[in-house]
Amino acid sequence: MSPLLEVNNVSKAFGGVQANHDISLQVADGEIAGIIGPNGSGKTTLFNSIVGAHPIDRGSIKFRDEELSRLRVPHIARRGLLRTFQQTRIYKQMTCVENMLISRPHANETLGSMLADFDEADYREAGELLELVGLYAKRNLQAGELSFGQQKLLEFAMALMNNPKMLLLDEPTAGINPTLINGLLERLVYANRELGITLLVIEHNMRVIMSLAQRIYCLAHGQLLAEGAPETVRNDPRVIDAYLGGQ
Amino acid sequence: MDNIQLLIETPPFALQLVIEGVLLGGIFALAAYGMALVWGVMNIINIVQGEWVMLGGFIAFALAQWGGVPSLFGIPVAAAALFAIGWLAYHTIIFRIVDRDLFTSILATFGLSILFQQLMNQIFGADVRTLESGLGSWYFFNSMVSISQTKVLGFVLAGVIAVVLTIFMRSSRMGQAIRATAQNARAARILGIDTDRVYAFTYGLNAAVCGAAGAIVVMAFTIHPYQGLIYTVRSFTIVVIAGLGNLPGVIASAFGLGIAEQYAGFTLGAEFQNAFVFLLLVVILVARNLKLQRRREVLR
Amino acid sequence: MSAAQLATAAGPKARVAGGYTALLIVSLLAPLVFPAYVTQFAFLWVLVVIALCWNVMGGEMGYNSFGNIVFFGVGMYATSVVQVGLYGDVGAYTAAKGGLALDLTVTQYFVGLGVGMFAGALLAVALAGILGLGMLGLRGHYFAIGTLGLGIAAAELAAGWDWIGAGSGMVPPNYPDAAGIDRTTVFYYLAFILAVATFFTLKRLRRGRFGLAINAIRDDEDKAEAMGLHTTRYKTVAWCVSAFFTAFAGGIVGNIVGFIDPRTVAFAGVTYGVWMVLMTVLGGKGTLWGPVVGAAVFHVTQELFWTYLLGWQRVALGLLIVLIVVFFPKGIVGYIRDKWPEKFGYTVDESATGAAADPAQQGGTR
Repeated sequence: MSPLLEVNNVSKAFGGVQANHDISLQVADGEIAGIIGPNGSGKTTLFNSIVGAHPIDRGSIKFRDEELSRLRVPHIARRGLLRTFQQTRIYKQMTCVENMLISRPHANETLGSMLADFDEADYREAGELLELVGLYAKRNLQAGELSFGQQKLLEFAMALMNNPKMLLLDEPTAGINPTLINGLLERLVYANRELGITLLVIEHNMRVIMSLAQRIYCLAHGQLLAEGAPETVRNDPRVIDAYLGGQ
Repeated sequence: MDNIQLLIETPPFALQLVIEGVLLGGIFALAAYGMALVWGVMNIINIVQGEWVMLGGFIAFALAQWGGVPSLFGIPVAAAALFAIGWLAYHTIIFRIVDRDLFTSILATFGLSILFQQLMNQIFGADVRTLESGLGSWYFFNSMVSISQTKVLGFVLAGVIAVVLTIFMRSSRMGQAIRATAQNARAARILGIDTDRVYAFTYGLNAAVCGAAGAIVVMAFTIHPYQGLIYTVRSFTIVVIAGLGNLPGVIASAFGLGIAEQYAGFTLGAEFQNAFVFLLLVVILVARNLKLQRRREVLR
Repeated sequence: MSAAQLATAAGPKARVAGGYTALLIVSLLAPLVFPAYVTQFAFLWVLVVIALCWNVMGGEMGYNSFGNIVFFGVGMYATSVVQVGLYGDVGAYTAAKGGLALDLTVTQYFVGLGVGMFAGALLAVALAGILGLGMLGLRGHYFAIGTLGLGIAAAELAAGWDWIGAGSGMVPPNYPDAAGIDRTTVFYYLAFILAVATFFTLKRLRRGRFGLAINAIRDDEDKAEAMGLHTTRYKTVAWCVSAFFTAFAGGIVGNIVGFIDPRTVAFAGVTYGVWMVLMTVLGGKGTLWGPVVGAAVFHVTQELFWTYLLGWQRVALGLLIVLIVVFFPKGIVGYIRDKWPEKFGYTVDESATGAAADPAQQGGTR
């Protein structure tokens, strides 16, 4: 069986800076994979390449056996491959419920459906997911009024509302109060196990990524340094070198 | 259509249009350079840009007509007056919108634009005005090509202003502070540059450059209260083509726009020349954006 | 929870219904009680319509369209061209510069007017769709100034097009004397019906997917794209909706004024074009009632005080824009909303706090 997401030999340069060089990775359906690497190692660039935020120089990106590298952001999102942002992005002037409602899937949009009302099922699902992330009580507050951590949770709930096949999470625990991290982890695992969403997670918090991911890729200087089970990667001397600035 | 044939059969006519276009383009370049300056340093699209040109023209006109001041002398006076007006505008209005969203800055400068346009209409009336320089024209190719000496003088003066401006930006302390602020306002502030003063000066400088350009316009061409917006749109078009901080690009695009306008006016009829300028802007914006979209980007 | 519970609490239903009824009665009776001011009242409704339409773009979607005046002018010209064209030759009519009067019967006149206004509106929608393909890909400054260019270009083109009268403009057909009802009264009620239709259509649309989608585009278009929203389609539909009603307003204004000048009536950037923006900002952009309130306040102020300004109105207009945008950008309704957010439904649901902290518990708690 071919993997859900297949990145083959992708390279991307910004001017003279080689942000990604010849990167290949696979994520199987239903798994949780992690990407680690020091700052500036090209993790977010790779995410942007996958979701179509910029063109890639070389290589191919396949999602469910379909080539993505020429599609644009919304088209890729509608195929069920969604990302969250490192600098959390939500619709600040809209209420939490509205943020959720408008995040429903948009795959089959016609003029009629665009002008339609939301139905009872939309409201129900929005409420359920807000409850899942503990924001139900604040559902009628403007999203911009929430704390940074709450916005992050809302963004995650919005992603779930979109009913994706796969979710790319860019540092989901960055900036979140440490006491909330465990709760967030549980929700990630819940999304994976119960909702069947494949996850690819960029994370700096080693404890989080080691307990969450089944397989980990480590990037450094735009290149793939190591891959494998969390234990293997953690004990790889090259990874330790990269993090401690051995180079 | 007859005119197109005329152009092909009689090359001197085409040459005439090119020369007129370049002479006109010199003025456009000044206004566009000022717009790029304010845009780059303060991140404001200054819709009132064209009104500064128009104001400069009316100041020079009033001085010459009622004060008997020679029209050449009107140029520095208009520049100085516009610097003061720009500086005042900054300290009353513009400083409040520097860090605000684009909606606010566009609409506020648009409001200023209407304010000055209507003010001049009240004071001077809607007539088209010009100053007689008393200079003649040069004739070539059996008088098929004529070049107005006033326009050439205006072009040379625009060049002088551009050179002075470039030297100022390169070597003076204020010029360096302006360039530093354009690159990174926060860093400049941390390093002790008074960015508020820089902004005020930049805004005043832009107005002064436009004022000088306006004083040339009233001498070599014509002015009227409602012509501001078209200068704004021309400046914007030029900056969009050339990009920020690209003086050679600004000059080249300004000449290009001047020539294109002359050709459009000649072939489509003078009544469509303004429409051409505005539609050209739309076409260029859309074309650039479509090109970027193929690279998964948008015009920002 | 039900949709009603989740939706913002608009206050007791009866009071809202009462408010609407009172407004309806006042509006219906206004021309009978104050016959001298019927034209001004008609203009009020027209201003409400163009402000509401501008708000869809500038307020709800964050696309500052200075080009909506194009649809106003197109609607105005198209209405009159159809009015004339159904019963005569447009070219000859405009060439006579008003010297060629069309004597229409009552039926002819109203058929022409109706067909003309719908034709104008459909033409404006088509135009918005076509222009939108290119223009709506532009963002921020570029869209604002690009549409500004469109508005002026339209005026210049109309002023150069002989068939519709070029610079000397066009006169809509005379109102038939035999109609038995006063001309201004007819247009008052037309404008009122248009305003009501616009208001309730937009009220309905902003609650559903369309409304939230364009709000999302305003708040963060990149995020909306990353969530798979059909941003281009929504933006195009928004501009088409905006164009549709604006064109009707144009058709009505052309007939009330009785003379269509390309630069100062049809594509009148300095008056209607600026007013629609100013009224929306004054009332509160991005709110339902803002444009209505803004239009009313602006129109009343203008009628009461501006005659004293003796030609300085437009200078004052420029100053007013600067002052409102810089010092009062939220507008009247926006200010009230910030002051009393709970009245607008921005509340914390105390009864639900603490519930469902554990994802395992989810489901069945409502």
